[in-house]
Amino acid sequence: MTIHRGRGFASINYPIGMNLGGDPSQALVHSSPDGKFAIALSSIDLGQGMKSVTRQIAAETLGVPVEDVYVDTADSDTGPHCMGSFASRGTHRVGNAVIVAAKEARAIMLEAAAEELEVNADDLETDGRGNIHLRGAPDRSITTGDACQAAQFRHGKTVAGRGIFLIPLSEVEPETGEMTPVSCYAHAALVADVMVDDETGEVTVEQVNSAYEVGRAINPRLVEQQLVGGAWMGLSHALYETTEPRYPDRSHGPVDFSQYTMPGPGDIARHDIAILERPAPDGPFGGKGPGEMCANPIMPAIANAVFNAVGVRVTALPITPEKVLRGLKANGGARPGPRR
Amino acid sequence: MAQKPLQFRLNGAEKAVFVEDGANLLDVLRRSVGDLTAKRGCAQGGCGACTVLIDGVPGLSCLTLAETVEGRSVATAGGLPGDGSHPLQEAFMAHFAAQCGFCTPGMLMAATALLESTPHPDRDQVVHALSGNICRCTGYEPIIAAVLEVAGEGGGGRS
Repeated sequence: MTIHRGRGFASINYPIGMNLGGDPSQALVHSSPDGKFAIALSSIDLGQGMKSVTRQIAAETLGVPVEDVYVDTADSDTGPHCMGSFASRGTHRVGNAVIVAAKEARAIMLEAAAEELEVNADDLETDGRGNIHLRGAPDRSITTGDACQAAQFRHGKTVAGRGIFLIPLSEVEPETGEMTPVSCYAHAALVADVMVDDETGEVTVEQVNSAYEVGRAINPRLVEQQLVGGAWMGLSHALYETTEPRYPDRSHGPVDFSQYTMPGPGDIARHDIAILERPAPDGPFGGKGPGEMCANPIMPAIANAVFNAVGVRVTALPITPEKVLRGLKANGGARPGPRR
Repeated sequence: MAQKPLQFRLNGAEKAVFVEDGANLLDVLRRSVGDLTAKRGCAQGGCGACTVLIDGVPGLSCLTLAETVEGRSVATAGGLPGDGSHPLQEAFMAHFAAQCGFCTPGMLMAATALLESTPHPDRDQVVHALSGNICRCTGYEPIIAAVLEVAGEGGGGRS
């Protein structure tokens, strides 16, 4: 028995969003009389951080503290339309829609403040802590709460905004096949170091090093969380998880956790991440979205590392001990590649 | 099916319910008692989302015959403070140890049991204690880090 070490590399160019009949998302913003804001979305937060990110984007655009913003993603019956949480589109599409809506609401809030302060709305700015003041004269100020109350109770105006962001359908050019399916791309490169046991066929990932370029990391901790968790999910797909049967046909496929290999906390690899920020010109504050990209590069990187370690090229995931052993047998043993 | 009376303590409070023969503890907690914190993931002992403490020992409530907790103490994540002020809850939040949150109650209970019995566990002990609980979202590392932080900060067993 010999343990062979190998290193594999993969990089990806990941499109943000998709191109199926146009890709829109909408947002509605309104204030309550106490100057707090509600953002209505149909976009779903299933733990990836949609609520946190749209809350930050709304607060930054409105010029109010993040604590004064509530994001409601509850109901696609009553909320404004969203295509959904997939294709890494949430931050980019929904974030942009929130900016449009929040800008409209902010303008109305500033008009109300201007009327109260008897100044021009163009000369007002927000401090992000709940105050609106005259540029250059911080003592000429009104709170966002008072401005919103004035709009409602004295001026008869709703401090509200509607936003939509649409990437229109890109038709395929019939002559060339060219199209522009998305407006921006995120990128990643990843190195996996593995050990392969040539007696058992088992693959162990020792270390993962990666760099992800995500536009602006609007919430860096959430980005890191997505990357750590997503890469682990990719590792799990690369080595363990499959709904395919192993013997002898599909009817013997896994139907529950006693048959579907779902690794636990003892099976993770150390992962060091560099997050690179190259803000997207059309992204909300430059944001793109880590989304699905976090799970992708680790799979080819591990496959390449296994090839480097023992010379077995596995072309169907997951890379099970059986496939490695069959490859070793076909090759007449391990054929370690150059160390790199 | 016949119904039987069942009395036990849930998070320190006396509970008395009627349960059907063969009912499992998870269904009794969720349907009869109304404590929804233990989750029904796989219902066959494979995922750990239903983990509760029975007399301080972590157990899979989906595989536990409800009648067997007669007179015993059951603890669920529902017994942790609602304001999230328990050291483990705070550490889970600080380390972003939850995404969708479905595994979190089971993780919290498994970690609670570990820290009660081993106030200063090392990484291997934390991994071992959590190895019956699976998580789709986090990659486990944030959860391990959260438990280790509590273990290092003066340790568990102080709740």
